[in-house]
Amino acid sequence: MPLLWVIRDLIGLKGTKYGCGIAQCGACTVHLDDNPVRSCQLQVGSLSKKSKITTIEGIGTPETLSKVQQAWIEEQVPQCGYCQSGQIMSAVGLLNTNPNPTDEDINAYMYGNLCRCGTYDRIKKAIKRAASQPEAAQTTNETK
Amino acid sequence: MSKTIQRRDFLKSSAIGSLGLVLGIQQLASATTVTKLNPSILELEINPFIIIDTLGNITLVNSRPDMGQGSTQAVPSLLAEELEVDLTKVNIVQSDGRAKYGSQQSGGSSTVRSLWLPLRKAGAAAREMLIEAAANEWKVTPSQCYAKDARVYLKDSGKSLSYGELSESASKLEIPKNPKLKDKADFRYLGKYHKRLDVPSRVAGTAVFGIDVEVPNMLYAVMIHAPGIHTKLVSVDDTEAKAVTGVKRIFASKRKMPHTEVDAIAVVADNYWAALKASKLVKPTWATEGAVENSDDYFAAMHKEVVNEGVNAEEKGDFNAFYKFSEKKLEAVYETPFLAHAAIEPVNATAHVKEDGTVEVWAPIQGPDGALSQVSKYLGVDAEKVKINSTLLGGSFGRKAYMDFLMEACTISKEMNAPVKLVWPREEDTAQGPYRPAMLSSMKGVISKKSNIAGFHHHAIGESIMGQVFGWQPPYEADSWLSGELSEENHKYDFDVHKLSYSRVKTTIPVVWWRSVYASNFAWGQESFLDELAHEAGKDPYEVRMDLLKDSKRDQIVLEALKKAANLDEKLPENEAKGIAMFRSFESMSAACVHLIETEEGIKIAKVTSIIDCGMYINPDQVKAQTEGNIVMGLSAAIKGGITFTDGKCDQSNFDSYQFLRISEMPDVEIVIIENDEAPGGVGEPGLPPIAPALGNAIFNLTGKRIRKLPIEMNSLV
Repeated sequence: MPLLWVIRDLIGLKGTKYGCGIAQCGACTVHLDDNPVRSCQLQVGSLSKKSKITTIEGIGTPETLSKVQQAWIEEQVPQCGYCQSGQIMSAVGLLNTNPNPTDEDINAYMYGNLCRCGTYDRIKKAIKRAASQPEAAQTTNETK
Repeated sequence: MSKTIQRRDFLKSSAIGSLGLVLGIQQLASATTVTKLNPSILELEINPFIIIDTLGNITLVNSRPDMGQGSTQAVPSLLAEELEVDLTKVNIVQSDGRAKYGSQQSGGSSTVRSLWLPLRKAGAAAREMLIEAAANEWKVTPSQCYAKDARVYLKDSGKSLSYGELSESASKLEIPKNPKLKDKADFRYLGKYHKRLDVPSRVAGTAVFGIDVEVPNMLYAVMIHAPGIHTKLVSVDDTEAKAVTGVKRIFASKRKMPHTEVDAIAVVADNYWAALKASKLVKPTWATEGAVENSDDYFAAMHKEVVNEGVNAEEKGDFNAFYKFSEKKLEAVYETPFLAHAAIEPVNATAHVKEDGTVEVWAPIQGPDGALSQVSKYLGVDAEKVKINSTLLGGSFGRKAYMDFLMEACTISKEMNAPVKLVWPREEDTAQGPYRPAMLSSMKGVISKKSNIAGFHHHAIGESIMGQVFGWQPPYEADSWLSGELSEENHKYDFDVHKLSYSRVKTTIPVVWWRSVYASNFAWGQESFLDELAHEAGKDPYEVRMDLLKDSKRDQIVLEALKKAANLDEKLPENEAKGIAMFRSFESMSAACVHLIETEEGIKIAKVTSIIDCGMYINPDQVKAQTEGNIVMGLSAAIKGGITFTDGKCDQSNFDSYQFLRISEMPDVEIVIIENDEAPGGVGEPGLPPIAPALGNAIFNLTGKRIRKLPIEMNSLV
């Protein structure tokens, strides 16, 4: 069974989304040992016991958000938000390996994450904002 | 932490929806009611949209499903503004389709413009009732009191009472018919930047979309549909599919659409992966009956209509005579393809048709009221026994207002006698429609001796959405949706002689509204051809439009703003060009400029500037976000592949064959909102129509090549 359906239907964590099932949209992106992967393509049987899987729920909660998620709020990125779990998992992966990405770096790394609402411009801004911030003390979010 | 629609609240909210008296927003003069929820707390429904319990908990109802356009905050903002409550301190719930909430359809960019006054009045009426209750308590006049942040204060005294303390006595008062609305200068929410309170849940993965709903003992289903409208199911070999662990049943079913029904096969399992895997192992035998329809057949039929006139929607002067006797004239045919909505959340629904005769559904739908009436009718169950839980939508763009998938979920649940979540695999979502119809614009224009654009005939050709979806399109009338969008009253261009006509060409390919409906088709012909005429007349396309709009100052302001923001007077190097277009839809105007740069790698869309005049609005950042989204969707519609049918089957299936813009293709964007006090217009759609023609016009200005057919293959231009 692909990891996506294990996460969603067996474990019950719904933040990871199904979009295409063929690794074309990135909505199902999770981290395998800190690297973004498409969980719709990853057979759970192929994982070892030492494999570390991180989903959006492991990145932050609404009360304790990561700096990437906070940047997403500052830039008001999401419209429907359905693809944003995957976008954020990819962005976290990008910043882990490249703390100060250029536009070209962002385009290349985020290419596999589709957004039908068209939030790409804000995603770019949010990644740059997150890149400029230290991993902040985690705070709750209120309208300012 | 804000209380947006989290799952627990969401389930709880369903109980609220069934409370109290049915009181439409048109009937604010009616009596109110008090409903006991439990012995200790009274929940008082001051009107259907505002519920205040005796502890002071305030619940506001959002009656328009949120598909990303921000109604979860926009609708309660209208109430909170006048009610004088802090949005971060209230509970927001989604309406359940009952008539007391009025129309609950998110669509036609109608939410804010239709609720702007009614919901402000509802909020203001509740505020006045709470103030009156306090005044009665203090034995003073209401004018000696004022409301602020969910409390009523007695002026020049230390006295105040909370809304919770006042709610019971307030709910027994008569509802004022004409409550006083706040002045614009005193607005706290309307027209102001506010962060959306639902965003934290959308970045934390905790927002509950339709696909995330879980109901105890739920089964999961995939529906495999006949590959073509004309295909019938002969037999099914389900031997291998049934052997998949977890599969419960595989059975023949139907997909019912307004204009036809097609055969389908339901695959039901105890987890979704098993259903999905088994669906790929099912071996159906399909047979085709009669001639199949391909998209090329439909286009050929449309092109045949070019020589005809169609039905007149409006005419000023006698266009044909004018055209015949004029010397300088032009004609051209513009084409737009079928398009899929392709929301990243595929269509899905969870339904439970229960043994006791009641029905409950949870689904990402654009209208819980429509869902209520359709489910009730489809199952033959009294509406009182149907409960609709309208979830967040992971994108929709019109698709999820067409509720075939919800009826399928009901069918499967009834058959299985269990709650069932149906999710269409992406391939079904792409290949089954319904789609934005492909259409033609057959254009004719006349240039006067003084080089003015004097005559303009837009002959719209193609399927009527009204006709196919609602079965109502008399042959002697133009489709009212497209004639509304293309009328002179709408576009405001003052031509000496003007004609708008329509030829309906039917198709069996399912069609429906798609973001901005026909405006996405016909702005392409209207605005591209206007540029063609301007060039033929030897005039600047901007000046031509300004001249034609001389009696519509508001449109001219939009164009002037575009000229300034996009720097249209700038002298560009030879490898760069700009193109412009404008279109009015859903009572808002939008103009766009596309800036192209040619390099050795090809022609790049460097920047898109959009101007939007939507009158008064709720949140400027939401107006910008929707306009950005319209730029991306408009460009995708212009340069990415459409939907085609060969041998009666859709040629596209997933995001590899049906593509839209990726982040690397995103141009720079700049949005300018026109500030005025005009009545609110639409926001979710009006930014889209000008994008494709602005691009086409820019391509002409750069290459001298006039593109008349979408999608444009950018790589083939140089």
